[in-house]
Amino acid sequence: MATVAYGTDRTDEAARQAAFDAAVAADERIEPRDWMPDAYRASLVRQMAQHAHSEIIGMQPEANWITRAPSLRRKAILMAKVQDEAGHGLYLYSAAETLGTSREELLDKLHAGRQRYSSIFNYPTLTWADVGAIGWLVDGAAITNQVPLCRCSYGPYARAMVRICKEESFHQRQGYELLLALSRGTPAQHAMAQDAVDRWWWPSLMMFGPPDEESGHSAQSMAWKIKRHSNDELRRRFIEISGPQADALGLTLPTGEIDWDEFKEVLKGNGPCNEQRIAQRRRAHEEGAWVRDAAVAYAAKHGEGKPS
Amino acid sequence: MTPSSSAGALALGDDALVLSHRLGEWAGHAPVLEEDVALANIALDLLGQARVLLSLVGDEDELAYLREERAFRNLQLVEQENGDFGHSIARQLYFSTYQQLLYGQLAAGDGVFAPLAAKAVKEVDYHRDHAEQWTLRLGDGTAESHERMQRGLDALWRFTGEMFQPVEGVDGVDWQSLHTSWHTSVSSVLKRATLTVPEGPQTGSWSAGAGRQGLHTEPFGRMLAEMQHLHRSHPGATW
Amino acid sequence: MTATDWPLWEVFVRSRRGLSHTHAGSLHAPDAEMALRNARDLYTRRSEGVSIWVVPSTAVTASSPDEKDSFFEPAGDKPYRHPTFYEIPEGVQHL
Repeated sequence: MATVAYGTDRTDEAARQAAFDAAVAADERIEPRDWMPDAYRASLVRQMAQHAHSEIIGMQPEANWITRAPSLRRKAILMAKVQDEAGHGLYLYSAAETLGTSREELLDKLHAGRQRYSSIFNYPTLTWADVGAIGWLVDGAAITNQVPLCRCSYGPYARAMVRICKEESFHQRQGYELLLALSRGTPAQHAMAQDAVDRWWWPSLMMFGPPDEESGHSAQSMAWKIKRHSNDELRRRFIEISGPQADALGLTLPTGEIDWDEFKEVLKGNGPCNEQRIAQRRRAHEEGAWVRDAAVAYAAKHGEGKPS
Repeated sequence: MTPSSSAGALALGDDALVLSHRLGEWAGHAPVLEEDVALANIALDLLGQARVLLSLVGDEDELAYLREERAFRNLQLVEQENGDFGHSIARQLYFSTYQQLLYGQLAAGDGVFAPLAAKAVKEVDYHRDHAEQWTLRLGDGTAESHERMQRGLDALWRFTGEMFQPVEGVDGVDWQSLHTSWHTSVSSVLKRATLTVPEGPQTGSWSAGAGRQGLHTEPFGRMLAEMQHLHRSHPGATW
Repeated sequence: MTATDWPLWEVFVRSRRGLSHTHAGSLHAPDAEMALRNARDLYTRRSEGVSIWVVPSTAVTASSPDEKDSFFEPAGDKPYRHPTFYEIPEGVQHL
């Protein structure tokens, strides 16, 4: 959609800022062509891009097990889940595009390491139980983070999140069910499940971001109602609901403290899989270039249905 | 199920199972995200078909995970490695055209596979359409895509003859007319895509119809090793 | 747009017969035929639709938020367009 160039009169600007602030305060949604502060726009693009990137990078650790899924039922579930993640990435890139940032541009930034994705996906999936732990804990943490985003002040983001949250609930349940089958299975399966929970618990807690006093973007995002709860608040909520769920699984959650040094190292790019994840994404994109080019060339030759 | 029908269900089920597995390998590697979604849809349709067919014969997981390579009855075509996107699309075009025609005949008959084929043929229509759309775009796209697509078609051509050998237990199929219709349909798509119908023989010299007899190609053993290892590592476990 | 960029399409899905198409989101596709197929795969994975429209995003002309007041406010002071504006004696039915 073409955007109209607005007058940049100073009084106009002030009036627009006031109208924007009032809309956010009244819990109204901001829509793509509304005036918005540059910083709000930048913050949204950053967050939606990071979220979209997380979905598509997040396909990798789970796709790692599609070809080894131990039953056909589990294989179908896993394929559908990884497919949903590609879909969610697409919904989110589409929401980001409403602000005039193309998906190509965002992908380029991801491939160049200039935009982030959730650090959780820099951990490897070492056993089949990891697929369950990702569903239960990682998707569980993601849902805790995401449900409030359904009421985010930016309309297209909020709408994408409504669709995503609806679809995500299957993701968490399948992970929990997978772990339950393992926990109640043979001793080797039970041990596999416990090991996966031991490894994924801390990185899942880190998904809520740094402690509130160290979180750079939080305060402004909360004022703009892009974000509605603080990192620590959401983390606490997640820990509370996970305890009884672990009991019902017959598994134990590790005790101790979050290792924030590890968090910072993974964020800096020193996690176990940072390079591998980006390299695979970049390779898929580069190796697909000739296919995308071919489709463009065909459309140019055949003309029909080609937008001018 | 008569033993003969079981053999038929196994052949059709293995085709769907193995191709679904190969398409599943594309997850996270597709040329564009939209295609990740599309290929997964096709893989899921095929996996669903495989589960119905194998369940007619016995326990789906025992059949998928505990048979040795020589006991699989799928076509050699579907076990071929993905190669580049053009190679995979060539495999899709050849197989989905075959499956559409075969299931169309089965659905129109009154055999044991008629109800199942009637449901599956709607899915397969879409798979064939997907393959056709991409064959047109790669064939008539850029010089590079044309060359890659043609290479895929040529490389897989010798695995196509096997599709028209009568399959034990799959009755009521006119295999000769299936072959003719397949050739007409594929040729028409290739012509519109400015591609050439490969000219070589449609079978290798010693292995005609070999997949249906349990003779496979080397990549298939590695595929099965990967697919089965976890299930086999925990005998008797439930998942 | 570089050579590899696919244009953006807006997707509208009719969720069941009897309802209008509603905007579902957008996607990229090289042409209309592929846009329809991508829309089917992306926006109707869970049987959300029975019919799909795709429209090039560039073909959408939208009202400007700057004109919001002149476009939409004048309708606000015409309550006589709404049935609740009229007082009907109690007991009168089918009205």
